[in-house]
Amino acid sequence: MSTIQSIAGQNEQHPDVALVEKVRSGDVSAYDALVRKYERQIFRIAQHITQNREDAEDVMQDAFVKAFEKLDQFQGNSKFYTWLVRIAVNESLMRLRKRRTGKMVSIDEDLQTEEGSVPRDFADWAPNPEQNYNQAELAEILRKTIQGLPPGFRVVFVLRDVDGLSTEETAETLGLSIPAVKSRLLRARLQLRERLSRYFHKKAAPLARENAREKRS
Amino acid sequence: MTCTEFLAILDDVIDESIASQTRTEIETHLKKCGHCEVVLNTTRKTIEIYRCHEIYELPAEVSERLHSAIMERCTKAH
Repeated sequence: MSTIQSIAGQNEQHPDVALVEKVRSGDVSAYDALVRKYERQIFRIAQHITQNREDAEDVMQDAFVKAFEKLDQFQGNSKFYTWLVRIAVNESLMRLRKRRTGKMVSIDEDLQTEEGSVPRDFADWAPNPEQNYNQAELAEILRKTIQGLPPGFRVVFVLRDVDGLSTEETAETLGLSIPAVKSRLLRARLQLRERLSRYFHKKAAPLARENAREKRS
Repeated sequence: MTCTEFLAILDDVIDESIASQTRTEIETHLKKCGHCEVVLNTTRKTIEIYRCHEIYELPAEVSERLHSAIMERCTKAH
């Protein structure tokens, strides 16, 4: 996360730009540093969109190779990372399309649901509720919960809240308006909260834990 | 401030981009409304949990395999 936020002042060059310049001048090994820096984030985004490990690995490879091939088109007026994410999002959507035998896939689908736009569950959570689960159980709960969201909500939540991009960067990366990003983010946050409540309620935790165990076994 | 008004600015409250005058109105509302306080706290916690826990690990050996494949393809394309 911290790598994404620019630490340079307006007139200072972002470290990525120097690496991009090196690659452009023929030093392919400089690209190695950019891949290492962002591979986890790109893999995570691809996995969130495609929901398939094999596809996410392919997307990660293809996105980095495509970015390398198109490096001359990188203007430097956006961050390298947001430019790279845009490529990865497009590659992920193409991959989804292939899985659905050519059916068009867009980041706007399945957004009609009103679920979660108004909170219904007002029971408080246990203090540090995640500690009621071991790491594998918690990861399973978090995966299952976010998988239930439409892709257009998921990707906005991941870019904004997990990766730490700004609203403006998220909008630019996904080709959405700022109000659209804000509206999706609010609904994504509320839907996730509502769904996690069943596991994290003060009293629900032991029962939910049993359910999680049963489903895993 | 009503619950609906609070909900409309929930994201701004979480992202701490609220004018100080509105902040006072929010504090007054939260003192009276337990539901909104729970929604705010648990939504904050939702974000924190997702931020702090990697749910799609990229194991070192997979990372190395993909990394080698990427660099090989880039070197060929160069």
